[in-house]
Amino acid sequence: MVLSGLSLSHFRSHLLTRIGFDGRPVAIFGANGAGKTNILEAISLLSPGRGLRRAAPEDLARRPEALGWKIVADLGGHEVETFAQGAGPRVVRIDGKAAPQAALGRLARILWLVPVMDRLWVEAPEGRRRFLDRMTLSFVPGHGEAALSYEKAMRERNRLLRDQAGDGAWFGALEAQMAEHGAVVAANRRVTLARLHGAMAGAQTAFPAADLALSESGPEDVAGLAAALADGRARDMAAGRSLTGPHRADLLAVYAAKGVPAAQCSTGEQKALLISLILANARALAAEGEVPTLLLDEVAAHLDAGRRAALYAEVCGLGVQAFMTGTGADLFEGLAGRAQFFEMREADGVSRVVEGKDVQ
Amino acid sequence: MADGPEQIEDLIGLMARLPGLGPRSARRAVLHLIQKRGALMAPLAAAMADVAATARECVRCGNIGNADICALCRDPERATGEICVVETVADLWAMERGRAFSGRYHVLGGALSALDAVGPEDLRIPALVARVADEAVREVILALDATVDGQTTAHYIAEQLAGSGAQVTSLAQGVPVGGELDYLDDGTISAALRARRQF
Repeated sequence: MVLSGLSLSHFRSHLLTRIGFDGRPVAIFGANGAGKTNILEAISLLSPGRGLRRAAPEDLARRPEALGWKIVADLGGHEVETFAQGAGPRVVRIDGKAAPQAALGRLARILWLVPVMDRLWVEAPEGRRRFLDRMTLSFVPGHGEAALSYEKAMRERNRLLRDQAGDGAWFGALEAQMAEHGAVVAANRRVTLARLHGAMAGAQTAFPAADLALSESGPEDVAGLAAALADGRARDMAAGRSLTGPHRADLLAVYAAKGVPAAQCSTGEQKALLISLILANARALAAEGEVPTLLLDEVAAHLDAGRRAALYAEVCGLGVQAFMTGTGADLFEGLAGRAQFFEMREADGVSRVVEGKDVQ
Repeated sequence: MADGPEQIEDLIGLMARLPGLGPRSARRAVLHLIQKRGALMAPLAAAMADVAATARECVRCGNIGNADICALCRDPERATGEICVVETVADLWAMERGRAFSGRYHVLGGALSALDAVGPEDLRIPALVARVADEAVREVILALDATVDGQTTAHYIAEQLAGSGAQVTSLAQGVPVGGELDYLDDGTISAALRARRQF
């Protein structure tokens, strides 16, 4: 699905911004605080969830007005609207009809890489699980529902554990739900790892291949997981939370050519591995006829000239719609004639787009 | 700023507490009632007073009626040996609109939710277990929401009724009547495929 138009109203630093896209990669440059990442964040909200900053809906509204915000997009011929008013929840409309957020996952495959993910490999597993689940969602749009159902059942069970409840049948009923949805979550993640490995194998790329694996988190079949949860009730009650299941899985990565775990690689190598996974994800989707959307925030600044050129070549070669930000136009010289260029400027607290400032 | 006398503001405040009505829609509704107070407001007030005085919960099934035992439970033709378990009275009414079920009902009054502090003792589950034993029930049909809470409650009830001799079934999940496959989500299609039957 190609994003051909985007309109932001009272969103972050944007009072009213309208941009048209032609399907080519998009380079957005401008000074710090000009509102570049806000454009990417708005696009990320065309997928299920809280977007690339994981912000609450009320935090996305432009200040000091705080009237609420609205994003309207032309996505593959569908008019997608998402908005929130006051402290209300985020609402989604597709072609004028109310739709659940999960419906966005079937419309577009949106992946992102933001600077805060630079420490993904050395920080807590939660971020890596989220990264894996975002990639999984791009392959299996129904993954979101399974993950949400699993988490809901787990939170219910954790509450019983903390309350030291003694109702075995209630535990059993919740564990059956966790097992049913948890097995789907685990299977979807396995499918994703297989597709990523397939896309990395033999690929002509300047970015390093990774050997990926999931850490041990208990049985992955329905019966086995239900039994493990039942067996672990006493231990879990002592801990006050569920210690078995796919919510405990960690994404493990090894820099394949060197045999070094990602967490022990240099900062540059860790970033290169992340880009490699995003590109492998895009490659796998492109092979299936899907055109993913990539949001690469400040990605150019962290790459040397050679890797930058390689990234641009891959993005253009895959035909994916990539939105990239950087502080200076010079970072995107390699895209001259092959991308759309927009300069962002900020004045009096309002972001504005200056169109067509090609660097060729 | 107040728009009318204190009694009208109080009425608007009460109306705004109804499901589906906010302050603005409550204000519109009250204004409409006042404009039609002879034709609509007075009969409505009388009907509400009547229902408030007579409505009560059926002590057997939890349905709303105007007697201790509701009309559905009193009807001898409803003694088919089947009980349909629903979460709310609204669900019971939805089932009755379909006119596809001729047995009796049991309204739980909600679904299990540890996060909302709704446990088995807050629902009418013990009463259901007692009814299954007392009324020679052959089949208990679980017509609960296809949500985590609804299905957790279904698992719990099935466990409680194990050994009762009654068959425990649940509503099918899948393609809605008149639905188009292209518009269904993956989970619904998977459920429909798992529940496929001989054509």
